[in-house]
Amino acid sequence: MKLTIYGSGCSKCNLLTQHAEAAAREVGAAYELEKITDMNRIIDAGIMRTPALAVDDRIVVEGKVPSASELKQYLA
Amino acid sequence: MYAQLRDLYAENRRQGQLVALVLLVFLVVYFMPAGTTRFDNAVLEALGLVHWYAQEHVILCLLPAFVIAGAMAVYIAQGSVMRFLGPQAPKPLALGVASVSGTLLAVCSCTVLPLFGGIYRRGAGLGAAVAFLYSGPAINVMAIVVTAKVLGMELGTARAVGAIVFAVVIGAIMHLLYRKEEAARGDHSVRGFEGGDQDRSLAAVSAFFALMVAILVFANWAAADSAAWMVIYRLKWPITAVLAALLALLLVVRWRWSPVHMAVLAGIVLACALVAPGTPELAFAVGTLGLMLLAAFRPSDREWAEQTWGFTKQIAPLLLAGVLVAGFLLGRPGHEGLVPSAWVSAAVGDNSLTSTVLAAVVGAFMYFSTLTEVPIVQGLIGAGMGKGPALALLLAGPALSLPNMLVIRSILGTGKTVVYCLLVVAMATVTGFVFGNYF
Repeated sequence: MKLTIYGSGCSKCNLLTQHAEAAAREVGAAYELEKITDMNRIIDAGIMRTPALAVDDRIVVEGKVPSASELKQYLA
Repeated sequence: MYAQLRDLYAENRRQGQLVALVLLVFLVVYFMPAGTTRFDNAVLEALGLVHWYAQEHVILCLLPAFVIAGAMAVYIAQGSVMRFLGPQAPKPLALGVASVSGTLLAVCSCTVLPLFGGIYRRGAGLGAAVAFLYSGPAINVMAIVVTAKVLGMELGTARAVGAIVFAVVIGAIMHLLYRKEEAARGDHSVRGFEGGDQDRSLAAVSAFFALMVAILVFANWAAADSAAWMVIYRLKWPITAVLAALLALLLVVRWRWSPVHMAVLAGIVLACALVAPGTPELAFAVGTLGLMLLAAFRPSDREWAEQTWGFTKQIAPLLLAGVLVAGFLLGRPGHEGLVPSAWVSAAVGDNSLTSTVLAAVVGAFMYFSTLTEVPIVQGLIGAGMGKGPALALLLAGPALSLPNMLVIRSILGTGKTVVYCLLVVAMATVTGFVFGNYF
């Protein structure tokens, strides 16, 4: 499973990364993490609000930081 | 010897940086001109200004502004605004919506650039994107409220109106300059520009925000010369209380908050008001914090409390630093900080064209974090700055800074960024000059 975090590197983006990793560990899935900070690539991905999280290139979270337990539903 | 030293640094890079930092702090403290009257005075002025802000502006102004900004981030479906900024939207409509949408889309530096880039590359194009980028930092609810409260109604209104007019004009000019390039742009995906699904009726959401803004306005009602204003001024707390009761009712009826919890909160607020009738700030602060606590208890509204807390964490420390710096350098109005008032008066003391240009250019390059432009401009006015240059600084300042020019350049390219910056400086100068000389 591929997790992609989109964000300019602000504190919210780091928090989302932590929560996503915690959620992935809890469901026990193997994952690779990619962080995208380049604004043009974020825009081209179709994201209007950061931070955002994509699972296997499908955007599931945009503009907010859900808790790890809320994130688990997207990783199943 | 030198090679050894370099190896040592390469091995312990982090410690090396720490040593440099400690040295720097030591040198600053060592050579600090403590004991000279001007320096000691400046330190006292910094504390004095922070004290004044804490007493006058935090509870009734900043606190509710954070709460409203948090609510906007949660309860306003972004899609309802964004669909007017999509690739299919008519250009003039998109320009108009973009110039005012900064008030609705709570704008922090994390959000504004992706929205700007999205509107430019995939949405309504350059004009609308530039209008949005420009007006956002000036017309979000926190900026309007704090400017009007600290700097007075006249400058507050001039700033909000100036920012919206400006956004439309700059957006239109940019669109016309690059219209060939704009026409060549193909339609792209509409992701992010679809209409949003609003889970509450428009009437309920409008009433919710209208009540909160009204509470903010009446709680901050200032005494003035006009008789009608004075009547409202005397009645401001009863009016605020009635509005707060209506807000509580709306939350119970449409947001399905527990009537029991709300009644307990209302009882506590009432008790505070009765115990300390001379300081309505106490009841106001308890009511606001109670509201956030109740929101945090409800899973469906927890995000409101989280967003509000997020804004508070992000903005309050920077604002505190901004007020300290403004107080240290410029002092409270009528007092002097580190910089002699004579310098400020000499540079930007009148409403002449040179003063206004200087203020606009300095504002464009200087970095202001959210809201810190207000104490800085207040300090400058106190030290003798004219109102024309003050408005020019407010209009050019928060929209542009050296770091954000670099980010804009990565999205727009060098040419368009230079044109945009020149337009902002030119328009800020013209508006400030007109405001300073004819109003």
